[in-house]
Amino acid sequence: MVRNNFDQELEDLKQDLLKMGSMVEEAIYKAVTSLKEQDVELAKEVMTEDDQIDECEIEIEKKCIRLIALQQPVARDLRTIGMISKIITDLERMGDYSFNIAKITITIADKPLIKPLIDIPKMTEITREMVKECLDAFVNLDIEKAEKVAKMDEKVDEFDDQILRELLTYMMEDPSTISQATCLIFASRYLERIADHTTNICERIIYMVTGERVSF
Amino acid sequence: MTDNLKQKLGFGILRLSTWLILFILFIILYDIISKGIGVISWEFLTTAPRSGMTEGGIWPAVIGTVLVTMITALFAVPIGVFAAIYLNEYASQGKLTRTIRMAIRNLAGVPSIVYGLFGLALFVKNLGLGTSVLSAGLTLGLLTLPVTITASEEALKSVPNSYRHGSLALGVSKWHTIRHNVLPNAIPGILTGAILGLSRAAGETAPILFTGAAFFLPRIPDSLGSQFMALPYHLYILSTQHHSIGVVRPIAYGTAFVLIVLVLILNLVAIFIRYRFRKNLSK
Amino acid sequence: MLQNSKEKIVIKDLNFFYNDFQALKNIDLKVPAEKITALIGPSGCGKSTFLRTLNRMNDLIDCTKVKGEVLIDGHNIYQKGLDVVELRKQIGMVFQDPNPFPKSIYDNVAYGPKAHGIKNKEVLDQIVEDSLKAAALWDEVKDRLDKSAMDISGGQQQRLCIARALAVNPDILLMDEPTSALDPIATAKIEELIKDLKEDYTIVIVTHSMQQAARVSDYTAFFLLGEVIEHGPTEKIFERPADERTEDYITGRFG
Repeated sequence: MVRNNFDQELEDLKQDLLKMGSMVEEAIYKAVTSLKEQDVELAKEVMTEDDQIDECEIEIEKKCIRLIALQQPVARDLRTIGMISKIITDLERMGDYSFNIAKITITIADKPLIKPLIDIPKMTEITREMVKECLDAFVNLDIEKAEKVAKMDEKVDEFDDQILRELLTYMMEDPSTISQATCLIFASRYLERIADHTTNICERIIYMVTGERVSF
Repeated sequence: MTDNLKQKLGFGILRLSTWLILFILFIILYDIISKGIGVISWEFLTTAPRSGMTEGGIWPAVIGTVLVTMITALFAVPIGVFAAIYLNEYASQGKLTRTIRMAIRNLAGVPSIVYGLFGLALFVKNLGLGTSVLSAGLTLGLLTLPVTITASEEALKSVPNSYRHGSLALGVSKWHTIRHNVLPNAIPGILTGAILGLSRAAGETAPILFTGAAFFLPRIPDSLGSQFMALPYHLYILSTQHHSIGVVRPIAYGTAFVLIVLVLILNLVAIFIRYRFRKNLSK
Repeated sequence: MLQNSKEKIVIKDLNFFYNDFQALKNIDLKVPAEKITALIGPSGCGKSTFLRTLNRMNDLIDCTKVKGEVLIDGHNIYQKGLDVVELRKQIGMVFQDPNPFPKSIYDNVAYGPKAHGIKNKEVLDQIVEDSLKAAALWDEVKDRLDKSAMDISGGQQQRLCIARALAVNPDILLMDEPTSALDPIATAKIEELIKDLKEDYTIVIVTHSMQQAARVSDYTAFFLLGEVIEHGPTEKIFERPADERTEDYITGRFG
C-alpha cells in the first residue's frame, strides 16, 4: 500500500513551488536593482515577468485542488497540500510588491535620485536572504531555519523605520524631493511587506511539519 | 486430446451417469407398475388376505405399516430434533461432541438386521414389550434417528449465524432465540429429513422381522401390544416364503406397487413442505 | 482530551485471546458518552474483536479468554455472575451485513420488545413507530409494515437493523462496519442517521473507510496488531496524528 504515484505528484508540487519561489526572489532583486540604477528596461522586464508568476500560482493551485479531490489527503499530506496552496498566495503577493517597486522605478526615472540608495539595497539583501532561506527550510522541512528566518523580519522592520525617518528629513529640508521621497518610502514599505509574507510562509512551514500553529 | 474434447468427454460421462440412474429407476417402476396395477382394486386395498394369502387384499398390512411408521415418527422426530438442537446449538464443539457426532454417523451405517436383533433384545425381551407394533416402531425409530439427527443438524446449520447473533445482541435469551428465530427457519429442512427417514423406515423389513411383524394375521392390530402385518414383510413372504409363489406373484406385485406409492406420497409431502416453507421464507 | 464529556465505557488493561493467539493487548480506552467513537486500523488489527468484547458477543466463540475490565457506567461487565442477556439489552449492535430476520418489517422491530415480555399491541405499535422514525425509515415503510424485511433494499435493511436495535431501548450502539455492504447513497443516509443518533446514544463504530471515520466520528482510535496506537479527537488524528504509525496508516503508506 505504498503510494508511489501520489508521492511523486507531491514532490512535483514542491518543485513547482520552489520554481515559483526563485522567480519571486529574482523579481525582488531585479526590481530593487532597477530602482537603484534607474534602469527602466529592467523594471519593464520585472513587470512582464510578473504575469509568469501569476500563471505559476494558478497552475500550482489547480494541482493542489486536483490532489485534494482525487487523493483525499490526510495528516501530513493534507497539511502539505493545504499549506502549499496558501504559500503560493504569499509568493504571488510578494511578486506583486516587486511589480509595484518596478513601477516606482519608472515613475521616478525622469529625475536623478535625490541620494544614492544605500539602506534599501541592504534591506533588500536581508529580504532576499529571507526568501532564499525560507524556500530552503521548505524543501528540507527545517523548522529551526524557518524560525530563524522569521526572526530576521525584525531587522527588515528596523530598516523600514530608519529609511522612513531619513527620507522625512530630506522632505522637510527640501519640499521638491517630496514626490520622489514618498515613492521611495513606498518602495521600502513594499520590501517590508515582502518580508512579512516570508514570515507567514515560515509559520506555514512549521505547521506543515509539526501540525502546531505558531505566530511570529 | 484438446481441452475442448476433454471437456466434452467429461460432461458426456456425467450426463450418461445421470441418464443411467433415471433409466434404472424407470425400469423398476415400469416393471412394478405394469405388473402390479392390474390387481389394484378397492377390494384389494380394503380386505384381508384369504385362502392362504392367495386371494383377498392387503388391508391389514397397509394399516400396519402406517401405524408402525407413525410410532416411528412420534419416537424419532422429537428425540432427533432435540438431540440436533443440543449438538448444534448448545454443546461446545469439542472432542466429546465430535465423538458423539461420529457415533451418530456410524449408526447410520449399521445394517438394518442388526437393528432388528437389537430391538428384539431391548424392546421385545428386556423391556418386555413383546413382539408388537410398539417394539417394531421403536426399533425403526432407532434406525431413523441418525438420519433425523443429521438432517436436523444440517437444517440448523443452514440457518445463518446472523439470525442468532442479531437476536442475541438484542439481549434475547439463547432459548428464545433458538425457539423463535432459528427453529422456524430450520423446520422445512428438519421435516424434509425426518420424512425421508420415515419413508425409508416404512420400507424396511429386517428390523420388524423379529420385533412385531406377523407372518399372517388377517386383522387390524387392536393395541400397540399386538403383532401386525406390514407391507414390506408381506411382500417378502409373498415373494420368497409362500408355498405357491407362482400363484401369488400378481399379489406380490400389487403389494410392491402400494408400498412404492405409499413411500412416494411421503416423499411428495416432504417436497411440498419444503416448497411451501421456501416460498414463505423468500417472501 | 475528554474532559468535557462523561465517560460511558472505560476499558482497563483489556487482553483477549483466541486459544494461544493474543488478539487484544493491554487496551486502555475511554469512550465518552453521547459521542461517536470510530475504531480504525488494518484488517486483523483487533478492532472488531474489541467491539465484540463490549457486549460480550465474543462469549459465543469457543476457546477465547478475556483478561482485564470493561466498565460500563462504572460496572465491570466481566464480573462473575453478570447476566449477559441483561447486559446486551443495554447495548445495541449493528452488523457488517444487514441481517434482518426473515419476518415482516413490523415483526423485526417488535422482536426484541416481544422477547422482553411486552405483549400489549398498542405499546408495541408505538415502539415500532418510534424506532423506525428514529432510524429514519418510517416514511419509507409505514405503508408496508407487514411486508417481508427481505424485500427492502440493502440500505433500508440496515436502517431496519438499527431500528431493531433501538427498539429495546439501549444506551450504547455498537456498529461493525455498518455500511461496507452498501452503495454510496445508502452509506450517506446511514452516516447522517448515525450523527443524529448521537444525541441520545453512545456510539462505537468500526470502519474500514477512513473518510467515514473522519466524516462521522468525534473521537478516533487507531488499532494495530491488537493494540491501541493512538486515540484522540478525530480532527486531531486526521490533521496531525502524534504517532508515526497512525500517520503511515491514514495517509495510505502503511506497508
